[in-house]
Amino acid sequence: MIEPTLNNYVLISAVLFAIGFFGVLLRRNTLMIFMGLELMLVASTLGLVAFSRFNGVPDGNVFVFFILTVAAAEVAVGLAIIVALFRKRGTVQVDELNALKN
Amino acid sequence: MGSLLFNFFALLTVICAVGVVVNKNAVNAAMCFLLSLVGVAGLFVLLDAYLLAFVLLLVYAGAVVALFLFIIMLLDVQSGGKAKLRGITAGAAAISAAVLALGVLTIVRAPQTETALAEVEPVGASLKLYAYQLFTTYLLPVQIMGFLLLIAMLGVIVISKKIEAREDVK
Repeated sequence: MIEPTLNNYVLISAVLFAIGFFGVLLRRNTLMIFMGLELMLVASTLGLVAFSRFNGVPDGNVFVFFILTVAAAEVAVGLAIIVALFRKRGTVQVDELNALKN
Repeated sequence: MGSLLFNFFALLTVICAVGVVVNKNAVNAAMCFLLSLVGVAGLFVLLDAYLLAFVLLLVYAGAVVALFLFIIMLLDVQSGGKAKLRGITAGAAAISAAVLALGVLTIVRAPQTETALAEVEPVGASLKLYAYQLFTTYLLPVQIMGFLLLIAMLGVIVISKKIEAREDVK
């Protein structure tokens, strides 16, 4: 058996990103869209760690820390906004959130 | 051995990610997301980034997924129906899927990199190096991150307090 190469990791990262993006486009629920966004963030961290490991530089690993911090802050604010939206409108389906239309 | 573990974790990650996207039940989707994160953490361990694997599980599985589950139960979300497919949407989806498949094929077909994991020193394995980097090269981003977290915390408090205060006034 051969060891996995950088290409394998980048492929997994790209596939994960694509699945997350697919989720953002496909789902009609704001929470599910948000989960797809998180999936995309995780995919990008996997790519960073793989590149960092195969090139022997630590910078990619350090960037992952910042990405995790931003993701945590984003989740807190985003979920607070969703809860506020639900209180105001009584729904989190994107089809029904069209107050800015017309 | 490494290849076997890589295949296992990669399959776990991708299958559970698909489960997140296609699952009708929001709670099941969150659980799939959790399993997918475990797979990514396993891949991190295979890449010798032990600390990052630990932090990923701590932050994502411990905080983010728990928060998601709280909100799902709080809002009692119904499963969103399928979107109606219109002509222009279908066309755009077909084109973007083709471009995406092209990109993935390019990655698969690209000449394999010669470097094996054993040749490169695992820089992510030592805790000391993270600390050195964070307190020298990346000192300013660390400060900015601290500020960002403070702003996010204040923002969340303001967002969740405001409406209640208004209702009190009414």
